[in-house]
Amino acid sequence: MSEAEIYAELGEIFRDVFLTDDIELRPELSAKDVPGWDSFKQIDIILAVEEKYRIKLNTRELDSLQNVGDLVRVITAKTGG
Amino acid sequence: MTILYWLPEIEDWRGRLRGLGNNPETAWDEALALANSRLDFIRTNALDQMISKIFGDAPPKNLSTKPIRLALLGSGTMAHLRSAIRIAGLRRGLWISIYENDYGQYWQELTDPGSGLHEFKPNVVLFALDPHHLAAGLGAGLGRAEAEHGFAELRDRLQECWRLAREAFHCPVIHQVPLPLHPTLLGNNEHRLPGSRQGLITRLNHALRELADAEGVDLLAIDARAAIDGLKAWHDPALWHRAKQEISPAAAPMYGELVARLLAAKQGRSAKCLVLDLDNTLWGGVVGDDGLEGLVIGQGSALGEAFVAFQEYARELARRGVILAVCSKNDEANAVEPFDKHPEMVLKRHDIASFVANWNDKASNLRAITDELNIGIDSLVFVDDNPFERALIRRELPMVAVPEVGDDPATFAQTLADAGYFEALAVTEEDRARGEQYQGNRQRERLKASTTDLDSYLRSLEMELIWRRFDKVGLQRTVQLINKTNQFNLTTRRYTEEDVLAVMEDSRAFGLQLRLVDRFGDNGIIAIVIGKMNGTEDLAIDTWLMSCRVLGRQVEPTTLNLIAETAKRLGARRLIGEYLPTKKNGMVKDHYAKLGFTVAETGEDGSSRAVLDLPTFAPASTFITVTET
Repeated sequence: MSEAEIYAELGEIFRDVFLTDDIELRPELSAKDVPGWDSFKQIDIILAVEEKYRIKLNTRELDSLQNVGDLVRVITAKTGG
Repeated sequence: MTILYWLPEIEDWRGRLRGLGNNPETAWDEALALANSRLDFIRTNALDQMISKIFGDAPPKNLSTKPIRLALLGSGTMAHLRSAIRIAGLRRGLWISIYENDYGQYWQELTDPGSGLHEFKPNVVLFALDPHHLAAGLGAGLGRAEAEHGFAELRDRLQECWRLAREAFHCPVIHQVPLPLHPTLLGNNEHRLPGSRQGLITRLNHALRELADAEGVDLLAIDARAAIDGLKAWHDPALWHRAKQEISPAAAPMYGELVARLLAAKQGRSAKCLVLDLDNTLWGGVVGDDGLEGLVIGQGSALGEAFVAFQEYARELARRGVILAVCSKNDEANAVEPFDKHPEMVLKRHDIASFVANWNDKASNLRAITDELNIGIDSLVFVDDNPFERALIRRELPMVAVPEVGDDPATFAQTLADAGYFEALAVTEEDRARGEQYQGNRQRERLKASTTDLDSYLRSLEMELIWRRFDKVGLQRTVQLINKTNQFNLTTRRYTEEDVLAVMEDSRAFGLQLRLVDRFGDNGIIAIVIGKMNGTEDLAIDTWLMSCRVLGRQVEPTTLNLIAETAKRLGARRLIGEYLPTKKNGMVKDHYAKLGFTVAETGEDGSSRAVLDLPTFAPASTFITVTET
């Protein structure tokens, strides 16, 4: 799976989680850039990602996530891409 | 696996969600339709956000159910459960406002009359105390005596919580059974370690069943649900450490379902009738083509046994009060034959209260079934293996529950159980006898068909109206009727057990429960009346409701005679009858006028107030004997 595909699919998840079409996903996008992206929304996003890609992120991986780019890297690594 | 798999996927979910607010007139119905699709937690949250945007904090106008004010009192994080509870309520037409205590502060808020909780004035309280909180203070180092002491203290604490909530809010209390999520220390025989936290929670969960029953508290059995779905689907230790969520957000939609089922059952909104297709639903094959001998049912094949198991499940449901009906595209003679003649059939013809087999479309036939049984169309659950028929009913009759049963009969029973349509809080004697009552109804209908004039028919029924004041024995049935009767219900006031007890204690009020017996059997409690003195001369009929099963049998005028007599004993000179319109009670709009009341006021909303002068009232003569027990 290419990074571009992952960005597109993540975009869908973000649009559903934040109920807006105005989010443009960039690698450096992080919680401070998106209104309403708190620790609970963060959990929602991660669970949706885990379900979508049938992967499980461990506690260390979760703690290391700083932005969307980090998340995409973890997904790529875990899905063998 | 916590997916709501019995609900259908719907097309263009995002588009419909975004368009939800466009037409305020249809927004609520559209929201209900969206809620009745296979929502995961993300979609559940999104739908709830939209609803809050459109409706704000207040329930929509013309809501036909009683708005619920739920206090969610717990020790861990619960915010992620709110949307799931609200949307599962919406799925059943319920509006739920939720109050949640400040993190960990449930006890302080319960005991402080100035707290936000008291200001909120809940009408249902749900305790969601997590297992870490409950087992705090216990550990493997404790001896048996200390562990016993800890357990006794815990029981006392829970009872004290329930008592405080009851005293403060006079409302139903629900207690969430904690998940047995502590890792074991011994293993298989964990119970031999007195101080084991896992052991304590397991033991508590057994004890809770009895304790809650004794206290009149309803349980939210997420432990039983987690045993089906797998504990790991419900609880993720990583999320507990990260956010103190006992319940994983992924399981929230199912959690909300369990809560909303209880709340709906309390309002009498559980389904009442299971409507079954025949070919490839109750047996394998098509009876019209394959004939009796060609049907797959019974021992000898896995498929045949699966159909037997499903029939057994249906019969078990019937034995506890669910009405069974058949809706099949078949010639009637063909459809009935297996019930009468096939030795492997578990269900017999007399188990089916309404049997409709013809070539009309199934939507019309479902309507015919509700007409025959005198129940609401929204109290049906329709099981059909054919996706076309399911889609047709969903389109024509969106208020009918139509589970996605798939085509393997081995899964039908569990699917019905997972969907929780028939959630019930208690089983009354009436529930057990229901099948027989509908049987008796059919015999009555047959007699009616053979008797040409109504008077001689009614006389031949030898009816007896047996009444008594509200009492503790009949309490559950009284509350059940008050909360589930929608059609013949003049005011549709919903009351809790506590409210009914208050009527029993009020010397200026009366509550009557009426039973109708005739030559075909006991119809059970069929009517409830609550009267309250208003001033010194007026008796207001606060509640008058009746089961539609006994319509057209002179029960109404006979009941009025009884009300008049009882009111006179309280010194009343006038009866005041009130009609409050809802979506469902149009049939009693002119009830009081028909009984000789004078309509004094009519409101813009269609409500009315009617008066009957008691000194000049002449009791109607009917074919019903009235007896007090």
